[in-house]
Amino acid sequence: MKHSAFSNLGSFLLGGNHSVTSPASPQAHQINGIWWLMFWVCGAAFVLTMLSMAGAIWRRRKAIEVDHARDSRRAAFVALASGIVVVVLFVFLVASAVGMKKTEYIETRNALTIQIIGHQWWWEIIYNDPVPSQIVTTANEIHVPVGKPVLILTSSRDVIHSFWAPNLNGKRDLIPGYQTAFWIQADHPGVYRGQCAEFCGHQHAHMGFEVIADPAGKYEQWKAAQILPAKEPEDDVKRHGREVFLSHPCVMCHTIRGTDAGSRVGPDLTHLASRGTIAAGTLKNTTGNLAGWIMNSQSIKPGNHMPSMSLQPDDLQALLAYLGSLQ
Amino acid sequence: MKRLYFIVIGFVALLLASCEREQRRFQQGAPSTDTSQSHASMDEIYPGGARPPSNVANVYEENAYMVSEGKRLYEQYNCVGCHFHGGGGIGPPLMDADWIYGGEPQNIHDTIVEGRPNGMPSFRGKIPDQQVWEITAYVRSMSGLLRKDVAPGRSDDMSIKKPEESQKPEPPKK
Amino acid sequence: MNPVDTKPIERSATDELLQLAETWREPPGFWGWFRCVHHQTIGKRYIVTAFIFFLLGGILAALMRMQLIRPENRFLGPDLYNQIFTMHGTTMMFLFAVPMMFEALAVYLVPLMVGTRNIAFPRLNAYSYYLYLFGAIMVWVALLTNTGPDAGWFSYVPLSGPGFAPGKRVDFWAQMITFTEVSALAVAVEIVVTVFKLRAPGMSLNRLPMMVWAETIVSFLVIFAMPAIMLSSSMLILDRLVSTHFFNPAEGGDALLYQHLFWFFGHPEVYIIFIPGLGIVSTIVATFSRRHIFGYMVLVLSLIATGFLGFGVWVHHMFATGIAGMGRSFFSAASMMISIPTTVQIFCWLATLWGGKLNIKLPLLWIFGFFFVLVMGGLTGVMLGVIPVDIQVHDTYFVVAHFHYVLIGGAVFPLFGGFYYWFPKITGRMLNHTLGNWHFWLFSIGFNMTFFPMHSLGLKGMPRRIYTYQPEMGWTTLNRIATFGAGLMFIAVLLFLINVFWSRRRGVVAGENPWGAGTLEWATSSPPPPYNFVELPTVNGREAVWDAAPNQPVVRGLRTDMREVLATNVLDADPDHKELMPEPTIWPFLAALATTFLFIASIFTPWGLVWGLFPVAVTMTGWFWPKGKDKVNQEIVEAEDAARA
Repeated sequence: MKHSAFSNLGSFLLGGNHSVTSPASPQAHQINGIWWLMFWVCGAAFVLTMLSMAGAIWRRRKAIEVDHARDSRRAAFVALASGIVVVVLFVFLVASAVGMKKTEYIETRNALTIQIIGHQWWWEIIYNDPVPSQIVTTANEIHVPVGKPVLILTSSRDVIHSFWAPNLNGKRDLIPGYQTAFWIQADHPGVYRGQCAEFCGHQHAHMGFEVIADPAGKYEQWKAAQILPAKEPEDDVKRHGREVFLSHPCVMCHTIRGTDAGSRVGPDLTHLASRGTIAAGTLKNTTGNLAGWIMNSQSIKPGNHMPSMSLQPDDLQALLAYLGSLQ
Repeated sequence: MKRLYFIVIGFVALLLASCEREQRRFQQGAPSTDTSQSHASMDEIYPGGARPPSNVANVYEENAYMVSEGKRLYEQYNCVGCHFHGGGGIGPPLMDADWIYGGEPQNIHDTIVEGRPNGMPSFRGKIPDQQVWEITAYVRSMSGLLRKDVAPGRSDDMSIKKPEESQKPEPPKK
Repeated sequence: MNPVDTKPIERSATDELLQLAETWREPPGFWGWFRCVHHQTIGKRYIVTAFIFFLLGGILAALMRMQLIRPENRFLGPDLYNQIFTMHGTTMMFLFAVPMMFEALAVYLVPLMVGTRNIAFPRLNAYSYYLYLFGAIMVWVALLTNTGPDAGWFSYVPLSGPGFAPGKRVDFWAQMITFTEVSALAVAVEIVVTVFKLRAPGMSLNRLPMMVWAETIVSFLVIFAMPAIMLSSSMLILDRLVSTHFFNPAEGGDALLYQHLFWFFGHPEVYIIFIPGLGIVSTIVATFSRRHIFGYMVLVLSLIATGFLGFGVWVHHMFATGIAGMGRSFFSAASMMISIPTTVQIFCWLATLWGGKLNIKLPLLWIFGFFFVLVMGGLTGVMLGVIPVDIQVHDTYFVVAHFHYVLIGGAVFPLFGGFYYWFPKITGRMLNHTLGNWHFWLFSIGFNMTFFPMHSLGLKGMPRRIYTYQPEMGWTTLNRIATFGAGLMFIAVLLFLINVFWSRRRGVVAGENPWGAGTLEWATSSPPPPYNFVELPTVNGREAVWDAAPNQPVVRGLRTDMREVLATNVLDADPDHKELMPEPTIWPFLAALATTFLFIASIFTPWGLVWGLFPVAVTMTGWFWPKGKDKVNQEIVEAEDAARA
């Protein structure tokens, strides 16, 4: 890629991994195209209007007298310019209708269905399946196969949230009492970040998620691993860690399938270690971050529903070892 | 002039009260974590025993956010599973004036932490103490013991009873 | 008897003038302050109060910009930030923009511009001001006691409902709506009646000044739009206070219903703020081009069209909710259509400038700024009307940039232009030119520095209403630029304040018509006397001062010993009858106090509504009870009429 000053400015103004102008799906490509069409047309309109104003200032500030004589010619100009505006708006309207059809037409053939439930302030992800034992539940991280349409069903358990992964499609609100459907499809393998876009309370700022597009084989592998219950701890430290988990407040909210922990208040932790981030896309999933999150969640995300814990150092180390083993 | 003075003082007091009511405390020490003073008798014939008067005031009872958190936890920690929405069923009702192990904040806190015979599990260690005090505050709001501007309004689900703020006060029987 | 005498002006006898001054004199002293009912006094109070809330809202904005200057900043926590951004939006929309653009300007200017002595229903006018003031103070006292609303200026349910917004924060917000909307509705009624019944003879509807047209159309918008927000905020407060289920999905209520009701008001609200700005632009462009506005009829029809279309676009705030495609396309088309009348107006102003002889002074400078900013905001608005683009940038900083360009461009730029334009009329002195230049350039540069980067931030994926962001998102530099720009705007507004305080005492004396303008407010002294005009003018053309005939007649025969005005008919402004205006009284103030008690008490208990009604009934009765000078005057007039018959 050529590194001119212009492209540097472009990436400064529009770049980034969370940008509307870096599309990675058919829908986002479509929207990106309409955006650039509008950008150039509206940009031209802006420049023309400003030139016309500058011309008026330049020509008329030294005028000797008021000029009524050419008002009828001006009327013709106004009518013509207004007519052009109407035509341009009509083009935009057609682009809007066509674009909407392409981005929101629901593709159900051969589609994977994922249910996304908004919670204050995390995302519950359920991979529906007619066979109950094949249903996968996870949180804040959506794995999808590349090039396959994914039908997303949205709903909310508390307030209104909005699901938005800018590289993949526009946003869709998650409204309590409603279920709506839309679809996404990733063109290339990669990690696409998303975030809640409707104000939902204290931690609206830290309600992110990741969409991870995998090649078909890798996706199937991931799903097969997710269906399994949690791995049995293989040493004493991890066994102690599980004890800590089950005898402390963790167990009141979280599920680890294969243990007694079965509450669905917070995210499912059965395969926590397989995820890239914790705290709804807020922190990288490292041991240090996890320790900080457990002990001090209220300082990282003030007002979120996970209380800060007080654990003895060796209990904490054991818990971290156990959680780190939940691949 | 003196009357004006009183009016101003009263007004300021009202405003300060609203400060406390609206505080959002995310991380703050709870009144007390010591349950060793609990004297509730576990006797099967006379459970609860002679309940010593408790002098621990639950500051969360003045705080609408804390009570609301208590209400959320009451649902999410499945207190509703036995006590339902206050009317009781498997466990005793919480919206009336009868308290087997005492209806003062400290009594309710201890009951949650220690558990009680015949079904009430102990949540010691499972629920952080701040949350226990939040639930305690909410439990007392169910029998109308909290100020109306602090007690929760209706929730966004099926209503089976009046919201806590419209509950008729049922002071605990001594 | 025809009240209009077509004889040319004869200087009134000095004692007649003195009597007129005595009749219209505002009551003096401390208690007199509460008894004033003249539109100039109330209008000035509106202007000052609304400007104070502009400053307060600006301070909140500065705090938010401080918080966002770097990622994961700990300056304000989420709780305080949510209160602050909610109060910023609430203050700017409900306590500054509507009261300033509509109530303040209309109350002060419309009676002067249509050439009458006072606004219709002056007591209602005073009442409306006190209600606005008390409501505004209430919600700000709430903020200072940590009870500031924190669910956004839109207060979407269920986040603002009883389950997720404990305490009384949102109740204060909802009741603030009631206060300000009652006040706006009252002024809307006054303006409609003033414009339709109290115009100077000869000012037929097709000669109405553009500013008056704008405020009249806005009055109708207020009358039709405000009930929707009062309805939705009342339903919200009922849900919260007496446990109704309007918005509870489990009991058949509907969370989306609130959004429909809110935006059915919320979008016309934008035009309530914006259309007076357009009126100011038309006024200033004509004056400083030294010619009649180009395309008067087209401009008026465009304003009316905007008013109508404004009610058909509300769903474009809800494109992301999943409303069915066909419905969305309709609202998308309407949203694009509404840009047509504004475009036509911009072309008409450009044509006026092209055909005029420009007098480039500070007011016109602000209008040039308006063109730059508003055209950009309008174009991003068209982008937002296109559904696929909207669902990408909806609720991001792109939208924040868009509506600040439209609202600051469409309202605040013309408003500052209007301040420089009408300040000499209101105070009798000109604002300082040098300071004014600094103000304009600093504000314009600061504004673009603050809000232009927000377009980029939105496209780079930064959602609105987040109290912080993570360092790896790449939003830091642009946010920093925006914060520095906000600093420049802050300094610019300080310079303006200095200018106002300095020029009020030491500015150049303005004289009757410093700009050579054509509308009627310039046909009287600066500042205008309490009776507005020594003799009520008559009108011979669209720009009354410019088009006046050499021997333009004036209205004679109005009483000088009573507050008498001339009522004219609706279309042609032919003299109809004489009308007595009420005398100063304290009852509107007492009624406003009683109403305030009712509104605030009902935040805490439904019984507040019941017991609060009694003082309201008592004060309203006192207000309308025939008594004092009004009664005496009425009897005299009736006796004279009877004698004549």
